[in-house]
Amino acid sequence: MRGSKSLIDNIDWFTVSIYFVLILAGWLNIYAAVYNEEFESIFDTTQRYGKQLLWIGTAGIIAIIILLIDERFFSTFGYLIYGFVIALLIAVLLVGAATKGATSWFAIGGFKIQPSEFSKFATCLALAKYLSTLNIRMTDLKTKLNAAAIIGIPAVLILMQNDTGSALVYGAFVLVLFREGLSGNFLLIGLVTAFLFVITLVFQNDVYQMPFEIELTGGWMLIIILFIIMGLVYYFNRKRKQILLFSTIVFVACSGLVKSVDYVFNNILEPHQSKRINVMLGIESDPYGAGYNVNQSLIAIGSGGFTGKGYLKGTQTKYDFVPEQSTDFIFCTIGEEWGFIGSFAVVALFMTLLLRILFMCSRQRSAFARIYGYGVATIFFFHFLINIGMTIGLAPVIGIPLPFFSYGGSSLWGFTILLFVFIKMDADRLEVL
Amino acid sequence: MKQYESRQFTIGAIFLVVGLIFLIRLFYVQVIDSHYKLDATNNVLRTVVKYPARGLIYDRHGELLVYNEAAYDLMVVPKAIKEDFDTTEFCSLLGMSRKEFDQRFNKAKNYSQYKASIFEKEISAKSYAIIQEQLFNYPGFFVQTRTLRSYPKKTAAHMVGYVGEASPKVIKKDNYYKSGDHIGISGIEKHYEKVLRGKRGQEVQMVDVFNRPKGKFQDGAFDTTAVSGSNLKLTIDADLQAYGEKLMQNKKGSIVAIDPSTGEILALISMPTYDPNLLVGRQRSKNYGKLSQDTLKPLFNRALMAKYPPGSTFKSINALIGLQEGVLTPNTRYSCNRGYRFGGRKMGCHPHPSPVNLEYSIQTSCNAYYCNVFRSVIDHYPTAEEGYNVWRTYVTNFGLGKKTGIDLPNELSGFVPEPAYYDRYYLKGKWHSTTILSLAIGQGELGFTPMQMANMVAAIANRGYYITPHIAKEINGQLITDFDSTIVRNKTGVEAKYFNEVVEAMYKVVEQGTGTSAKIDSLQVCGKTGTVENPHGDDHSTFIAFAPKDNPKIAISVYVENGYWGSRWAAPIAGLLIEEYLRDTITRPLIEQRMLEGNLIGTPPKVVIDEGE
Repeated sequence: MRGSKSLIDNIDWFTVSIYFVLILAGWLNIYAAVYNEEFESIFDTTQRYGKQLLWIGTAGIIAIIILLIDERFFSTFGYLIYGFVIALLIAVLLVGAATKGATSWFAIGGFKIQPSEFSKFATCLALAKYLSTLNIRMTDLKTKLNAAAIIGIPAVLILMQNDTGSALVYGAFVLVLFREGLSGNFLLIGLVTAFLFVITLVFQNDVYQMPFEIELTGGWMLIIILFIIMGLVYYFNRKRKQILLFSTIVFVACSGLVKSVDYVFNNILEPHQSKRINVMLGIESDPYGAGYNVNQSLIAIGSGGFTGKGYLKGTQTKYDFVPEQSTDFIFCTIGEEWGFIGSFAVVALFMTLLLRILFMCSRQRSAFARIYGYGVATIFFFHFLINIGMTIGLAPVIGIPLPFFSYGGSSLWGFTILLFVFIKMDADRLEVL
Repeated sequence: MKQYESRQFTIGAIFLVVGLIFLIRLFYVQVIDSHYKLDATNNVLRTVVKYPARGLIYDRHGELLVYNEAAYDLMVVPKAIKEDFDTTEFCSLLGMSRKEFDQRFNKAKNYSQYKASIFEKEISAKSYAIIQEQLFNYPGFFVQTRTLRSYPKKTAAHMVGYVGEASPKVIKKDNYYKSGDHIGISGIEKHYEKVLRGKRGQEVQMVDVFNRPKGKFQDGAFDTTAVSGSNLKLTIDADLQAYGEKLMQNKKGSIVAIDPSTGEILALISMPTYDPNLLVGRQRSKNYGKLSQDTLKPLFNRALMAKYPPGSTFKSINALIGLQEGVLTPNTRYSCNRGYRFGGRKMGCHPHPSPVNLEYSIQTSCNAYYCNVFRSVIDHYPTAEEGYNVWRTYVTNFGLGKKTGIDLPNELSGFVPEPAYYDRYYLKGKWHSTTILSLAIGQGELGFTPMQMANMVAAIANRGYYITPHIAKEINGQLITDFDSTIVRNKTGVEAKYFNEVVEAMYKVVEQGTGTSAKIDSLQVCGKTGTVENPHGDDHSTFIAFAPKDNPKIAISVYVENGYWGSRWAAPIAGLLIEEYLRDTITRPLIEQRMLEGNLIGTPPKVVIDEGE
């Protein structure tokens, strides 16, 4: 029997407290970002802080409902929920509203719902359900392909909505697969690929003067360097079996990547995306063009200093120098008004939340709950990584929200569902046999 | 899955590493690197310059010579321009072509998308009235109030000078000036720049991303009000100045009048002149170009910058030197038979009774007499060089051949040769009083400005000294002589008693000699005519005078280029000006009319100048 008494006892109140602190801090900063002497009532629903208060209230109700639902509901209906969300994603492509080039919204009355914010939860659930099935081994190719499909389908649909940022989030699930046995080489390959991608972009336009009047472009220069490196790898490991084949394959793969980056960059990515990446890498400096957002964001955060300018006293955010300041660039308000102390507190809060979720994962008896927990952690982590990273110029400007901080009902609901389903699973962990 | 349990630590480590990198980066951006704080200030703070009004300029009687008129700089903030901006309509409002609009707009955009820059400079109040009614339709454009100089009397252009924008060179040299500031470029505007300019004020505003003002920064703690420039009262008599310019119309030349008792300049005329209103605002550079190409050189200030030999007017000085040196007495008589003969050569003279004494020599302007006087001055020293040096010292003590120290820029020194000059031409010890004999009659190498000549007359009128000439009388109501230590009494080295004879002779010049055309009933005018040899054309007509004979109130020098004898143009003009100044009436309308109608430059001014806008 599950009484409400035992539920209250078993809920991880520590996580719930972090959630409350994050939500409260988030709302205070939305208020500051939108703050305007003309509108004083915090309940004014014509203003974003008023609306956000509404979203917070409803998110609380959703959280309570989730805590009251039987944990087995999620494992039983995992695929169904997934299917339903996929259907929504398809529907939004057909009848959705377009904002800023992305067709990712359902407009219902005065409010807008973004299905992609819920598909993270659904994908997480479906992935956990699949990977927790008996006799599933991550090392099997079939398992890999199925997992990739579960992750890939919503990602591709979201990509078709022209919402690249939200689609990229699904890349975070690689960490979940890694935890469940995916070879570390995949992470390594991912990192090497990213590294080569960046370094190729940085050097592709350089021209080097070689002896005998040969001119080498940056790309060819990199390939020569790769050849030397792989030659050395071969030379020092020449006693080992198949080392020649290995070095050759790595060399060819890397060279192919280098040569194709230029193509990818100029033909596959949208111009604004490639420009943003260039600006982030310092290849292009364009403070009033594509780099404007990052530049203004850094100015806002940097001008906060150690202790900040004080609540509601930030001039950069208050006077709209920072774009999207209540959504994607909400961290600027924190940085400007609360200074390094505030930034430190927010980073520390997220770190605590992430590590707490990892700790909760380790005490799960069921693989389903554990895998789901990892999904939750990696999704939060990815949002944290990209969102704060872009405001401080360490990540490309990809418009994804900072969980619990950024203004927006769908994202708040989505993150709340994501977290509270795991809290519920954790609360009921002792009942799992 | 136990075998992969340790991977939770790998994942935890990845989280922590990213968190740590973020904190390091945040610490760097927020605490260590300070340039973002500066950028933030630049973002949000706009310093609106409050330009001060330049000081007003009055004449000695308090008549307004220079005042300020409102003008408007049209400013633009490119980013604040709305998408539905009607360029065609806007262009027709400003009366500007589409191409010009694009050019200026791109320039503004290149300067800054978010900061205001000047789109159109110095729009007159009249044009602004029309633009202002429509301007609210074009967000992103606004006006900044400036002032432009205006000259109601259209007179004394060279003297007051003009105002322009501070050049990059000036801005680099003097850190007071910022781009867009006005600065005096010539004349009084330049010399008294620091007095007239006032003090710039500023208002520090907070603005949002669209440059919309959001209130004062720290409640105006950094705001300062503009302080208007000090007003300047000149020693000039505007009526006299204007009358002199009128008399000199269609003639080239210069008139300088001084109050000898104070050194105050009453009129400083250079002809041809121009309407000072032409060198104001947007039309300035265009009109300046036209004026500077005019062959009559209207921009050239002859009063301070033209160098003429003094001619016969200089004989008074040679007489005074001879008297002081003791080589001449009022009774010294020299004969003159159509000139002075020396070593087979001859300095000619016009026919007159002979022999002549000192008084008659001035009255009739006898060349031979002054050849004798000059030679006896030089030759009663062992060498010509010694004698010449003594003579030269007297001359320079009269303020000739050196800057008078007038409070106006670009004054010429004039020229009295050093002995070394003659050494170069004739070798040391090889030149004698006869070699340089033309100095005796004010010709030869001598070159003095009309300003120096007037000053010389003042020294004669004062019987032996002159006060440093100056043009500013009061700054903000305070007498300039109370604090300007450069205005001093300069002694000529000739004792007062020697002047009486020369002054009497000059009185006779006007009463019954060469200068009767300057004669005014019941007013004792003293003068001396001169005809300046001009190798380039007709001789210049010159006249020096002061009046009344006792307690002189005005000393004047008149040069009329190509006017031939001094009695023909310079003397009557001097007479008219003296009467105008001392009596305020003209009793000789016929002479006045002849002067007004006289045309010595052939055709009237050829250049066509655009009036205003």
